[in-house]
Amino acid sequence: MKHTLRQVFHSGKFVAGFCILVALLLLIAIYPLFVKGDPLAIIGQGTFFPPGTYVNTYDSIYAPNTYTLNLKDAAANRIAQRLPEKDREEMKTWLVAYGIPEEQIDVNDIKALLDIWFENYDPNESLGMIYAKQRYYQRLNDSIRNLLSIEGVILAEKNPETGELQEVGIVNQTDYVNINEVANVRVLPLGTDNFGRDVLTELVRATAVSLEIGLVAGVIATLIGLTLGLLAGYIGGWVDDFIMFITNLFTVIPSFVLLILISFSIGQEKRGAVTIAIVIGLTSWVWTTRAVRSQVMSLRNRDHVNLSKLSGHSIFYIITHDIFPYIASYVVMALILQISSAILAEASLSILGLGPRTTDVPTLGLMMNWAMIYQAHIMGRWWAYLPVIIMIALITFSMNLMNTGLDQVFNPTLRE
Amino acid sequence: MSKVLLEVNELSTKYVTRFHEDVYAVDRVSLKVEEGKSLGIAGESGCGKSTLALSMMGYYFPPLHYISGDIYLDGNNITKMDPDVIRRKILGTEISYIPQAAMNALNPTQKILSFIQDVIWAHNPKATKEEIFNLAKERFTLLGLPESVLYKYPVELSGGMKQRTVIAVSVILGPKVLIADEPSSALDVTSQKMVIKMLVDLMESGFIKGMVFITHELPLLYNVTDDIMVMYAGQIVEKGTADEVVLDPLHPYSRGLMGSLIVPEEGMREQKLVAIPGAPPNLKDPPSGCRFAARCKYVIPQCTKMHTIEMQELGNGREYRCIFSEEELRKAYQNG
Amino acid sequence: MDNGSGSCLKCIDLTKIYGMGRTKTLAVDHVSLEIHNKEIVSIVGESGSGKTTLAKLLLGLTEPTEGEIYFLGKKRDISTHKKRLEYWKNIQAIFQDPYSSYNIFRKIDDVLLDCINMRDGKNISREEKVHMMSEACRFVNMKFEELTNKYPFELSGGQMQRLMIARVFLLKPKILIADEPTSMIDACSRATILDMLLKLNAEEGTTLIFITHDIGLAYYLSQTVYIMKKGRIVESGTAEEVILHPKEAYTKRLISDVPKIREEWDLSTVVYSTE
Repeated sequence: MKHTLRQVFHSGKFVAGFCILVALLLLIAIYPLFVKGDPLAIIGQGTFFPPGTYVNTYDSIYAPNTYTLNLKDAAANRIAQRLPEKDREEMKTWLVAYGIPEEQIDVNDIKALLDIWFENYDPNESLGMIYAKQRYYQRLNDSIRNLLSIEGVILAEKNPETGELQEVGIVNQTDYVNINEVANVRVLPLGTDNFGRDVLTELVRATAVSLEIGLVAGVIATLIGLTLGLLAGYIGGWVDDFIMFITNLFTVIPSFVLLILISFSIGQEKRGAVTIAIVIGLTSWVWTTRAVRSQVMSLRNRDHVNLSKLSGHSIFYIITHDIFPYIASYVVMALILQISSAILAEASLSILGLGPRTTDVPTLGLMMNWAMIYQAHIMGRWWAYLPVIIMIALITFSMNLMNTGLDQVFNPTLRE
Repeated sequence: MSKVLLEVNELSTKYVTRFHEDVYAVDRVSLKVEEGKSLGIAGESGCGKSTLALSMMGYYFPPLHYISGDIYLDGNNITKMDPDVIRRKILGTEISYIPQAAMNALNPTQKILSFIQDVIWAHNPKATKEEIFNLAKERFTLLGLPESVLYKYPVELSGGMKQRTVIAVSVILGPKVLIADEPSSALDVTSQKMVIKMLVDLMESGFIKGMVFITHELPLLYNVTDDIMVMYAGQIVEKGTADEVVLDPLHPYSRGLMGSLIVPEEGMREQKLVAIPGAPPNLKDPPSGCRFAARCKYVIPQCTKMHTIEMQELGNGREYRCIFSEEELRKAYQNG
Repeated sequence: MDNGSGSCLKCIDLTKIYGMGRTKTLAVDHVSLEIHNKEIVSIVGESGSGKTTLAKLLLGLTEPTEGEIYFLGKKRDISTHKKRLEYWKNIQAIFQDPYSSYNIFRKIDDVLLDCINMRDGKNISREEKVHMMSEACRFVNMKFEELTNKYPFELSGGQMQRLMIARVFLLKPKILIADEPTSMIDACSRATILDMLLKLNAEEGTTLIFITHDIGLAYYLSQTVYIMKKGRIVESGTAEEVILHPKEAYTKRLISDVPKIREEWDLSTVVYSTE
């Protein structure tokens, strides 16, 4: 046993897969210690906030200290953000269409460009453009007013007695606050989803739930498969015929179709994560049965089994001592594959809207489902679905890698 | 003395196991195959006889590694040749090799004729299909194989037929020397006898000029080959003509081996079988001195004190590897 | 035969058919034989002659399609586990391949303890069991102290077969069926194993049934020889009769095809088969 374990951990592929899986498990275990609270809490008002650090504006203004930093490129950065190159090119297009010679316009000299613009732009001039385009230029024109201004923003407060606005302070363009002194800052490394929930927190929870579903489904499938396979393979005769009849029935009906039908008939309200796991487990034992049966059938006629019979052992003893240990490594490999395929099955079911009910827990499949319904993929909100895809890929990849590694250890013909 | 076809001089090779351990399976082996003669190599499992068969062709690829020694084929030293050149110019055309269980190596999805085409095209890409067919048909008829075999898949042939087909194909390019490693051990006695007759026919009709026959079955060697070498733990322990080695073995190991033979002959029941206690040494770390010392009845302290025991020559190619003289050994055997 | 004891194992018209329809094969075809107490019998056949199936039928590891087996004059009944256990106390086997005969997960001690438990029940003290196991190992020239806590695969092929004989020594069955016990073992170790089997017959009075393809071995060991061909017994008689003076053409051919040393082995009579 010790020797086998050492051999297993000498296999590079197994170790690589094992490390990925352990890293994921550590993430699941440690992350909630740092980010507390309900993973499904809706924190954002609106959909799909992009990833980044969110700083409270109100707290920034009332930060205890305001620092003045005279940074040379501050103005340039500000203009670049408010007037990106794309807009400047559009301005040039309008001006050229208006009749300004192209050579006179330099999109990189913002001051000169703005001068020409303010001199020539007429919001009522259509220049044969479609209405939407005209509106775009009108909006652009509004937004670039005051672009070159160096004045600050005046903060005013309403006087509770007179109702007049009174100036209480000014925020200059050179004012800075230290982010550590701002009371409320929230990092959303993967933004928010369509409901305004933190995607990362949700993803970690979803990974945990998906692994649980995979484990429960995999164990159920492997147990059923192992028991039926052992019985069919060892006892043979009518027991074998009967079990193979059922197995063949399940083989002929595609298990995914069965899965869809069962999930659908359970109904949205009753579908929890465990229910889905059990349903997946009950529909995916077929190939484990077949594989175990064929292994057992070749073992059944081996001399060590005959010797065990001649030593007076019972059928139960022979199955547990002379057959099972020989296929144990095989069963472990089958279990790993079952877990990874159960995770995929859950994802496939959920993306069709047949997964666990949506208010309870997130799963990887449900996250994909939500992202798809809110068209994250069309709108380019990659943070809502790409991390989920990567997570599913990592889990199945690590498990398949472990499986290949085990295969190399236990199957002598694959050894180098 | 007739022409020497294959001469192996002090050849040592090793192979590397899966666990990266070196096994010194062939240790300073010398042998000669003369024109028109066949040489038998006898030994138990694990004595290095199959490794020797592979090493004799000079074609080394992992896990087999060359250590030292020379191989002369028709007077040319082939030890230093590039493996690729050996594969193209020597294997099949100069030396042919029939590995153990060769019949199971036939491609099950390929008809025999197509297999022959592949073999010939590998050496002569210009041969036409018709030429190949005519050659194959002629050879098969000469060797007592029905022409219909050419159109069959390996699964349609019996074990004996498959093995005879493999032998016929392996000599189709006209090699001078044939190395056969246990060509008949997986077959039942009747097929075995046909395979043996075929090999003897090949020699007699001059298709091959010399043969090395490797097996653990001594009665078979005795009936097939002119000379016999006995191998033990990577070394040759005795050399001589078949009659000398089988009927009058000198080395204590050969003597033990001959004493454990069982043949269905009158008087067999009255004989007492000889058992050699113990097991052969591990070739990962061969013992110094006589490698048989640990199992030998006649062992004296000197046997293991010397670094190596050299072969003693008795003339006419008769040699044995023991520190005792011929007289001493004979005396010891007489006293039991 | 000549020691006056009666029939030990007898079978009448024993037949075993594998498969059905087009894949139907007649592995054993109406075999009748009678084996006497303390006799040494060989059943000789080429591969595919059904000799191993016959051994399994006699052992009760497979059910015959037809025919009856009589053990000690009574019809054999192995319908329940208890009856099978009783039968297997009297008939044991040694298989061809020592490397696949043992459960690789069980230690040598377990293999031997199984036999003691089967024979004498479990109410024996630990010391006595060790004593019995040491005794059995001594019978096969091995030391129990060196074997204890080891796994069978740590032994050589010859040692494994000897351990198998130690097992039989502990069980003391009336009959031992040895299915090619030496075919995977080097010639020099073969003699040791054969000697031990003969000792078992001489000292314990075990009836030996050898299943073999080696005619020389059958001649060397046995009193009675049966020649099997395609599931049928084609010739039987004492070893001298059958092997030195065969009557059937098949037996004659079989014996002439074995390479000899002191007699001539004629290759010129070989006719190439065309199938």
